[in-house]
Amino acid sequence: MISELFTATVLIGILASGIRLATPYLYAAIGETFGQRSGVLNLGVEGQMLLGAFAAFYVSLMTGNLWLGILAAAFVGALMGLGMAYVTVNLQAEQGISGIGFYLFGLGLSDLLFQKLMGSVQTVKGFPKLVIPGLTNIPVLGEIFFNHNILVYGAYLLVPLAWFVLNKTTLGLKIRSVGENPEAADSLGISVAGVRYFTIILGGTLSGIAGASLSTALLNVFQQNMTSGLGFIAVALVYFGGWRPWGVLGGALLFSLINSLQLWIQVLNIPIPSDIAIMMPYILTILVLVLTVSRVRAPSALTKPFTRSE
Amino acid sequence: MKSKLLVLFVILALVLTACGSGGEKAGGGTFKVAVVMPSSIKDLAFSQSMYDALLKVQAEKGGEANFQIVYSENMFVVDDAAAAIRDYATQGFDLIIAHGSQYGSSLQEIAPDFPETAFAWGTTVDTFGQPNIFAYEARAEEGGYVNGVLAASLSKSGVVGVVGPIETGDAKLYIDGFVSGARATNPNVQVNVNYIGSFSDVALASEAANTHVAAGADALSGTAQMVVGAIGVAKENGALWFGTQSAQTSLAPSIVVANQVYHWEVVLNDMIKLINDGTYGGKSYALTLKNDGLVMEYNPDYSIPADVKAKADETVKGIIDGSVVIMLPSK
Repeated sequence: MISELFTATVLIGILASGIRLATPYLYAAIGETFGQRSGVLNLGVEGQMLLGAFAAFYVSLMTGNLWLGILAAAFVGALMGLGMAYVTVNLQAEQGISGIGFYLFGLGLSDLLFQKLMGSVQTVKGFPKLVIPGLTNIPVLGEIFFNHNILVYGAYLLVPLAWFVLNKTTLGLKIRSVGENPEAADSLGISVAGVRYFTIILGGTLSGIAGASLSTALLNVFQQNMTSGLGFIAVALVYFGGWRPWGVLGGALLFSLINSLQLWIQVLNIPIPSDIAIMMPYILTILVLVLTVSRVRAPSALTKPFTRSE
Repeated sequence: MKSKLLVLFVILALVLTACGSGGEKAGGGTFKVAVVMPSSIKDLAFSQSMYDALLKVQAEKGGEANFQIVYSENMFVVDDAAAAIRDYATQGFDLIIAHGSQYGSSLQEIAPDFPETAFAWGTTVDTFGQPNIFAYEARAEEGGYVNGVLAASLSKSGVVGVVGPIETGDAKLYIDGFVSGARATNPNVQVNVNYIGSFSDVALASEAANTHVAAGADALSGTAQMVVGAIGVAKENGALWFGTQSAQTSLAPSIVVANQVYHWEVVLNDMIKLINDGTYGGKSYALTLKNDGLVMEYNPDYSIPADVKAKADETVKGIIDGSVVIMLPSK
């Protein structure tokens, strides 16, 4: 029965769905990477995603314009980020706790708005599969990599872009120095508060889009609490990826591929109990994490509020 | 922060218990029901089936003046649900429904403190031997079997896919019934099942459906609230959908063939009658096709071939009179 796994249909299926499943993780985790590299842990990702998912869905449903939906999701996520930035930078609140607060806020508000404005689960015509001439028709590879909607491609383009910004630009240098040694950055005239505001709002924006990718591109429905822990896994993926965009990509893909593998294992009636199959992605992720743990170290100023000494 | 809130709730609950003087009944003939549910009243599945049934009972009883419904939804944290159940009990509701098998142990603890209040919980058959606890369950395998018969008859590819949440309770019953019905109709049909390990992960449910489609399935089913993701995939790929718990036709009117709909009002009406007569529990109920608690509802926009419909009707009749026996895997 195991041999059935190695047929073209199954392998293509596993890879293509792994790529789709990783999409929301990538948006959210890349956004979170920026925040954490500047020293701020945002546990509110899940709440930002939920509000983003709702905003995108509702605006698309009302206007029929999916891009307006994305814009709304980005805006709502940015607003949540602004709130988080104010609480953690100006008020210097404990980051973990305030993140949980923002998560609960997003969870509650998205549900409330859903009930008041929509009332029942509806569907919307989401982003269609985007055919790329010349690439989509390549046998096998085209089916795996180039048979997705535009938000899936966007998530993967974001990875090199984030790597470039963080490692090759002045902005990236500022972000990293604020996350490693805010006192030194400050003495060089970098606004620690300004940089952190920027990264947290950027993170919120991307989390909002992560939610939108679920509600208007991958699933095309909104349901209360539809992210179901995805935002927290995204935060974990940032640690997993060693605070580097490529590492985050590796983690997101590994987790998603194992997840799609376990779906196939059950479909092919390979005699592994479903409970064990379901645990696979988590067990493997922990295993990899344990084996690679000493590789990199967290940004030194992560979770530490910055007070300017006069 | 959450635990602080919880502490606050508990203190509030204790204070309320202290001055609640053991649950006064609402006067003026208004029957007051409170229900605690794990998901949203609009989940198109388990919670909505109970809420819709309560609304129906309310309409039959002549509206809110005679029958008052209060609910707490999204109580996926059992501790929070327990606090809510206790709160309702102190406020003197006539019937408190804990709509989720995960609430059982909380109920077992709370119910003895309020002997004058009726509690109900499901899906289960266990009343804990308490005189003020009703138990209810749905024999989901019955409609599952009928859906399986339909799916096996209508599938052209001979491959049918089922998306399940966690291999337990009414979800497992439904899916086992479905598999059994499909196999009995056509032994050559291939029924693929995957459990995703969650009642709420819509994204994974959708990907599970994608997996079925890639494996050649052209008829899909699934149970619990996260299947809305799978229905979307079925619609996109023109695969047929067979629903359960609540009517799911509105999500994809072109591909939904039939739904097994839970009509809890059958159970509710009997409980209310007993409560009014002074019996607060001790009885366990089951929704079946026979007692009209389970109803096969067909999508009027999907034209089902007459012979297939006839076969389904015959199956329903067979299950009711016992001539069709549903073989469930022993476990």
